[in-house]
Amino acid sequence: MTTPNLLVLVCILYVTFLFAVAFAADRAALKGRGTWLRSPLIYTLSLSIYCTAWTFYGAVGYAARSGLEFVTIYLGPTLVMIGWWWTLRKMVRIGRSQRITSIADMISSRYGKSNTLAVFVTLIAVVGTTPYIALQLQSVTLSFAAFSKVDPTLTSVVRLRSTGLYVAIGLAVFTILFGTRNVDANERHHGVVMAIALEAVVKLFALLAVGVFVVWGLGDGISNTLDVIDASKIAEWDVPGGRWAGLTMLSAAAFICLPRIFQVMVVENEDEGHLRTATWAFPVYLMLMSLFVIPIAAVGLKLMPSDANPDLFVLTLPLLAGEDSLAILSFLGGFSSATSMVIVAAIALSTMVSNHIVMPIWLRMRGGTAMVAGDVRDVALLARRLSIAGVVMLGYLYFRLSGAGTALAAIGLVSFVGLSQFLPALMGGLFWRGATRMGALAGLSVGFLLWLYCLFLPSFGPGVLLPVSVIEHGLLGQSWLRPQALFGAQGMDKVVHAVMWSMLLNCAAFLLVSLLTFPKPVERLQGAQFVNVFDHSSRPGSWTGGLAQSEDLLIMTQRIMGATEAQALFSGMARKQGLTGYLPEPSTEFLGVLERELSGSVGAATAHAMISQIVGRATVSVEDLLAVADEAAQIMEYSSRLEAKSAEQARTARQLREANDKLTKLSVQKDSFLSQVSHELRTPMTSIRAFSEILRDAGGLNPEEQQKYSSIIYDESRRLTRLLDDLLDLSVLESGQVTLNMQLGLLSDMLDRAVAATGGTVDGFRIERDLPSEQIVLNTDVDRLSQVFINLIANAHKYCDADQPVLRIEVRSAGDKLEIDFADNGTGIQMADQTVIFEKFARIGVSRAAGAGLGLAICREIMARLGGEISYVPGQSGAAFRVTLPQEMCMAAH
Amino acid sequence: MTEEPQDEIPGEVTRAVFYERRTYRRRRMVDATRLLPILGVVLFLIPLLWQGEEGARTTDVMIYIFGIWALLAGLSGLVSRDLGRDRSGSDSEAVADVDALETPGGEGR
Repeated sequence: MTTPNLLVLVCILYVTFLFAVAFAADRAALKGRGTWLRSPLIYTLSLSIYCTAWTFYGAVGYAARSGLEFVTIYLGPTLVMIGWWWTLRKMVRIGRSQRITSIADMISSRYGKSNTLAVFVTLIAVVGTTPYIALQLQSVTLSFAAFSKVDPTLTSVVRLRSTGLYVAIGLAVFTILFGTRNVDANERHHGVVMAIALEAVVKLFALLAVGVFVVWGLGDGISNTLDVIDASKIAEWDVPGGRWAGLTMLSAAAFICLPRIFQVMVVENEDEGHLRTATWAFPVYLMLMSLFVIPIAAVGLKLMPSDANPDLFVLTLPLLAGEDSLAILSFLGGFSSATSMVIVAAIALSTMVSNHIVMPIWLRMRGGTAMVAGDVRDVALLARRLSIAGVVMLGYLYFRLSGAGTALAAIGLVSFVGLSQFLPALMGGLFWRGATRMGALAGLSVGFLLWLYCLFLPSFGPGVLLPVSVIEHGLLGQSWLRPQALFGAQGMDKVVHAVMWSMLLNCAAFLLVSLLTFPKPVERLQGAQFVNVFDHSSRPGSWTGGLAQSEDLLIMTQRIMGATEAQALFSGMARKQGLTGYLPEPSTEFLGVLERELSGSVGAATAHAMISQIVGRATVSVEDLLAVADEAAQIMEYSSRLEAKSAEQARTARQLREANDKLTKLSVQKDSFLSQVSHELRTPMTSIRAFSEILRDAGGLNPEEQQKYSSIIYDESRRLTRLLDDLLDLSVLESGQVTLNMQLGLLSDMLDRAVAATGGTVDGFRIERDLPSEQIVLNTDVDRLSQVFINLIANAHKYCDADQPVLRIEVRSAGDKLEIDFADNGTGIQMADQTVIFEKFARIGVSRAAGAGLGLAICREIMARLGGEISYVPGQSGAAFRVTLPQEMCMAAH
Repeated sequence: MTEEPQDEIPGEVTRAVFYERRTYRRRRMVDATRLLPILGVVLFLIPLLWQGEEGARTTDVMIYIFGIWALLAGLSGLVSRDLGRDRSGSDSEAVADVDALETPGGEGR
């Protein structure tokens, strides 16, 4: 016979073993040897903390009472798990990219790092989880009691009660030792995870062993066991449809929302790929856990006395058959289920409590200078350790106060419903950018209150916490406010009723308030980060730092993370910025990284608050929001900018090519001009030299010949002088050194002079003029302007190739300008040449007439000096030049 | 920088319309992953239809439920293994592609 003392010994040995495993795993991880610690299998096994003592003992009890209904509690998580692509994948990704420390942190982070929300979520989590911890302690106590009943040499009930206390203390110590090694809650607790994985194996093995023993040992094989089931009172398949679907949905929701599941699934996640293995391995685990539940229940119902507690069949059946070692194994399975749940739940809750309640209060008490005064790291660790002890002790207190435990039996589902209230805020935050903080708060409050009123308070039984009158006649005598028949919904199952109303109104409040309120910029920023997490690998920072704060930041970070880690982080960032030493510029990027690192230790809301105490308010600008507006959009913008740039470059290249063409053309023309000039200079020089030689050497020239030769020399020198004058003139004009001789003159006089100077209307060359329009007095440099006219008329004279050349001179005023057109009836100037005719040395095509190509260039320079311009007018019947003068030069004709 | 004229409609993301065979398979595997829980819900609800006068026995339903359970876990294993093989391959574009599936249109763009 197994004595309780032996049982205690086994327990102590088992716990010591767990300690050793956890310690070894921590050491291995520290030395970097434990790659197998990070395997997907360990991850999957750690998820099994879903199966608590409620599963291990309670599932059989549940099955004994309601048949197959128990299986809904495991079907929900199965569906969530195989549907990982919808939600879990996103949650894990966000958890990793935002360094989320708990479910409260995730919800508060999503809604603008609101600490109010974090506190609220934390409180709900504590209220919802504490009874569950109590349930675990109770199950351990009950299993002790089961052994005691068999063994008549028994210990008193008082001692049994105190087992609960010992278990609670032991668990608190274990959790504190292995759960708070690091202040960074985001760092993996290898020891704890390893211990939990081991416990997962133990509880599965134990349950399977009991199952195999029951089916093949007590029930004589599968078919006989099926007969036993068919003969039992749970043979009928009569689970109400509402409960079947409702409880499946509820357990699915709870699986996502339970703080302890969140802890192992998101916070402790090493690698997103692990989720892929868990997606099939965890359903298999759940299936195996449930496989023998119905057979054990049926055989238990048949063999055990009718007053036996079906919750303990797993334990009492082996004891009944005298299989003590199997009973001890079964006891260890239950013990494992209970302890692993308490450990993880305590870690998860303590992280929330210390990050969102204790730390903010402490920081506020220390005032603004807290950052540089106290050792935040120690405070954070102490807060977490105290929180662990507090949470476990709260569970113990609940267990002691709730007494006999009849109320506790139902607490599993009650707790599920309470924690499921996170679901709308959580899912809305993950998938809907319009979800706001106020909406989340409203939804959570409504859901929480309804849960309290409809399920939690009545669960203690009528008259315990809620007066009987309220339960029977409703609040304030309003029958539609009856907690278990809200709004007249009578005849429903209590749990389904509570799930329906609380979730319905929770969602409604969440959606409605979200639609009506306007989020703060930080909320919108975070919302975009969460919803589009797969588009953003990193997030843009939202801090604008001053210059002198890096040192303060370093001091604060050292207090939280420890000196070495902080200095490594800071010097790393400084190097990245191209600086030496430990103090990086407090750039937006750096502050963003720092905040994320700190939030791994103290939670997003606190980290945000601490940095803002040093740096000043976090500013989220419109630019930040725009920056979030999707990397794809940014890439698009970038590419369109590239396109614009390349278009601009193409334009520039075109212009350059044009300029180059022009230059090449001019260069060719310059060459030809130089040879022209040389030629022009050489021809008169040659004749001057020849004739002057004749005059010098040849004697006996008659005066007539002498006269002829000297006049040739004279003419040639004049031609030479003119050419040189032109060149000189142009260079003077171009250099801007010309002085204008302004005087009054009649336009028609100037034109007369020009016509006369060019030889007038000789050789059938006709000039058409409109004399009345020319009666304009101009205040200008008369000589220079005449020179322009002379040039234009001479050009027409020279180049007009019509049979009967005609030059039309038209004068008209256009706005504030006076325009004088010189148009001939020749073939004009070709398009290609129009661009260069005003350039120096420009001569069109094969030069048909004498000229150095300076005329139009001089004209252009003169007009520029006179404040007007000369241009070629294309599209006329021949070559047409337009001389434009500013009107202010004109005076009324006399 | 945002005032730059853009020819494209803002928010329109240029993405290939057709994919090569491997990418196509991967996308269908993702579809399968998404559909699997829906299939599970339907299959798990079917036993409710068996209730009535001549109600089914617990043993039958139990065998059915556990059969479906194993089937779903198996299917999930097959599909996720398929996704994993592509993911662990050297093809980094595949990862990005699978991630990109998450936001087919995106209301927030």
